[in-house]
Amino acid sequence: MLGKLTWQAIPLGQPIPFAAGAFVVFGMCAVLIWVTAKGYVPYLWREWITSVDHKRIGIMYCLLASVMLLRGFSDALMMRSQQALAFHAAGYLPPEHYDQIFSAHGMIMIFFVAMPFVIGLMNFAVPLQLGVRDVAFPTLNAVSFWLTAAGALLVNLSLVIGEFARTGWLPYPPLSELTYSPGVGVDYYLWALQISGVGTLMAGINMVTTILKMRAPGMSYMRMPVFCWTSLASSLLIVAAFPILTATLGMLLLDRYVGFHFFTNEAGGNAMMFMNLIWAWGHPEVYILVLPAFGVFSEVVSTFSGKPLFGYRSMVMATMAICILSFSVWLHHFFTMGAGADVNGFFGIASMLIAIPTGVKIYNWLFTMYGGRVRFSSPMLWAVGFMVTFVIGGMTGVLLAVPPADFVLHNSLFLVAHFHNVIIGGVLFGAFAGYSYWFPKAFGFTLDERLGKAAFWCWFLGFYVAFVPLYVVGLEGMTRRMQHYDRPEWYPWLLVAGLGALIILCGIALQIAQLTISIRSRERRREPTGDPWDGRNLEWATASPPPVFNFAVLPIIADEESYWGIKQRAREQMRLVTPEPQYQPIEMPRNSPVGFITAFFAVITGFCLIWHIWWLVVLGLICAYITFVVFAWRDDSEFVIPAEEVARIDRANREARAEYLREFGR
Amino acid sequence: MTAEALRAPADPYRPGPQTTAMDAPSQVTGHGAGGPAPKRIIVGYGFWIFLLSDVIMFSSLFAAYAVLFKNTAGGPAAQQLFDLRNTAAETACLLGSTFTCAMASLAVGERSQKWTQLALLATGLLGLAFISLELREFTSLVARGAGPTRSAFLSSFFTLVGCHGAHVTAGLLWLGTMMAQFYAKGFRENIRHRFLCFSLFWHALDIIWVAIFSLVYLVGTLPSELLP
Repeated sequence: MLGKLTWQAIPLGQPIPFAAGAFVVFGMCAVLIWVTAKGYVPYLWREWITSVDHKRIGIMYCLLASVMLLRGFSDALMMRSQQALAFHAAGYLPPEHYDQIFSAHGMIMIFFVAMPFVIGLMNFAVPLQLGVRDVAFPTLNAVSFWLTAAGALLVNLSLVIGEFARTGWLPYPPLSELTYSPGVGVDYYLWALQISGVGTLMAGINMVTTILKMRAPGMSYMRMPVFCWTSLASSLLIVAAFPILTATLGMLLLDRYVGFHFFTNEAGGNAMMFMNLIWAWGHPEVYILVLPAFGVFSEVVSTFSGKPLFGYRSMVMATMAICILSFSVWLHHFFTMGAGADVNGFFGIASMLIAIPTGVKIYNWLFTMYGGRVRFSSPMLWAVGFMVTFVIGGMTGVLLAVPPADFVLHNSLFLVAHFHNVIIGGVLFGAFAGYSYWFPKAFGFTLDERLGKAAFWCWFLGFYVAFVPLYVVGLEGMTRRMQHYDRPEWYPWLLVAGLGALIILCGIALQIAQLTISIRSRERRREPTGDPWDGRNLEWATASPPPVFNFAVLPIIADEESYWGIKQRAREQMRLVTPEPQYQPIEMPRNSPVGFITAFFAVITGFCLIWHIWWLVVLGLICAYITFVVFAWRDDSEFVIPAEEVARIDRANREARAEYLREFGR
Repeated sequence: MTAEALRAPADPYRPGPQTTAMDAPSQVTGHGAGGPAPKRIIVGYGFWIFLLSDVIMFSSLFAAYAVLFKNTAGGPAAQQLFDLRNTAAETACLLGSTFTCAMASLAVGERSQKWTQLALLATGLLGLAFISLELREFTSLVARGAGPTRSAFLSSFFTLVGCHGAHVTAGLLWLGTMMAQFYAKGFRENIRHRFLCFSLFWHALDIIWVAIFSLVYLVGTLPSELLP
């Protein structure tokens, strides 16, 4: 009836997993009770859960990423504290638990923090920057988000029911095969990723179609903001790489569930095929994450330097070059496979080649700042912090791309320090820059700058204190994922690394404080013009928060910096230069619960697949199909916003801007 | 308001080709001068992108098959297993169903309910015949001790061909839904868009089958001295 699921699955006997699980359950229940008691449920259902508005979906993506960041970071704290304690000692985490923690940390940080954050920013900003009203497929967008959330929920369920994978963040066979990992941990990993992977793929398809087929009149390719270009490159990579992940994890699932022999030790299976396939997805994945961050930095650096981006065309070329090169370097993740000197040489050189377009970008940002009136607001701090940190991370990457050096450094903490250096310094700083840059646009009030800057400094310093020691112990030969060790020369460095994690914790606490305090004082922080940073692209032409239809009439684009030209002319003439348009009624897609319902059945089906509850799997799939048909059967999928309503909303925005221009004139 | 009036003053220090004030939107590089594309284009385009991603998934399975082709672990190899007559019949069914699917597209263009339903029914029946032939092949292989758990080669064969079969099965479910929708709702615009996607899907499955037919069955039955 319940497959493999018994009471044994609840970790009653193990205090740490039990406490963590109880904390999560308690937290979720507390939120649900609070929301219900306050009577927010109908509002949440109507305005958020069933929303197909790209801005709200983008915000929900970022929210999911932030919550999962807390989960992933608590794993990080546990790992750092374990290694700080486990010198000549067992520490406080038994090996089987420690293994689950580092596996969950990596997997959560990549798939449920970095991915949703960049997809969220893309969702929020791209249609606004392109001057259109929504993405190409709004309902599909909601389905994508909810499937990602379903995957995240499954990962968190593994805290409370059963266990998580002990295989590392990528489940390398043969360790991840049934023989060596008989529990449900790897199954949790695989099904969570298969479900959220479908969501990610759909999000990528949606974004590619939006950028290539839906742009405001006059927005030719070479007039798109760089963030749109990097989003395009990242989405193209999603479309090209995620199917490989689905296929690879599918093969591992077949091995585990029905005794196939793709990666097993017996019957001709080939474990190294898994490494090749997974990294053929995995390396492009790195650029899926970092390219949108590059886009954010391009927006931020040009806005806060008060200058157009230096070398726009070379920036576009560099982005697309990285997009293509990213598929030709995957083997550098396992030079030690023994593919031979020629193969390793090819992939080593290809890896170093990526440094060229990346270097182009760095110089473009620096030259954008050169001669500009640079304002060091918090988004700009993240951008400058990124430039310094990322260059160091990039250089250690070039070191690792040298195959003989890699033979020494492979799987050492030097490698761990390197990829944290580029992912924290690149992706996460980019996500935070985008968060603080677009927050006023999303909510209509600004974040507290003082706390934002303090949070930046904690993250920035904390990062160096936490990861420079890992470079050192890596060079001293410490391998990754060690539960305990007995080398006295590593011990002080690991204590310092633990201290760094605590400094980062302060940064996170400051970010939470910043958000809370800013929300509480939001009335004081209202930003009526919708353009708090003196922005240069179209998103700053809308009100903050933008109305559901974004633009009352589609703007006409005449320039690379679609909004700057209009704004400058308006400032010269000290009045709005565009006359009030003829307002027309606007058709917008209706809200739909289909995303939420699909995700609901996806969680049930995934959970039952993990625990072998076959009858419920079948039932879940049938219900998913019924949802699909019922959705396909609906007759009216759009509603009309009357012209008067459009006029009322748009006139308010125009009035606020006219008021600003009158002020500006004085 | 002309585009000219919205333009910022030209920056003389800007590297790269200068866009002069004379450039009309139609003369700039790239597309997009006319604003967002019509709904039909967007839907079709998005579905094309999805199909490309599906093709990439199949290419991973093809790659796995190629890598594991010789890993028969002492079990039967391709030459002893494949029956080209069965494959020929499968191919005929699937290519025939593509033809009837194209006929259905024409019938939808003509707004003919009768011919649309007939052509889709024929497509469905041919698809069903394909699936039954494939299932027959699979059961006979398993009965001969050449099931997917026998060797890595057979695992990859069953996964590759079975994944295509699963796509055809999903296509049949979609086809039934499509027929019901045409019947109940007529030739409404959004339903025609869906049908456009369905026909793209069905034709794409054909293309993948041609690859399976050539790379799996034809290459697999080559005499062993001709194999790479």
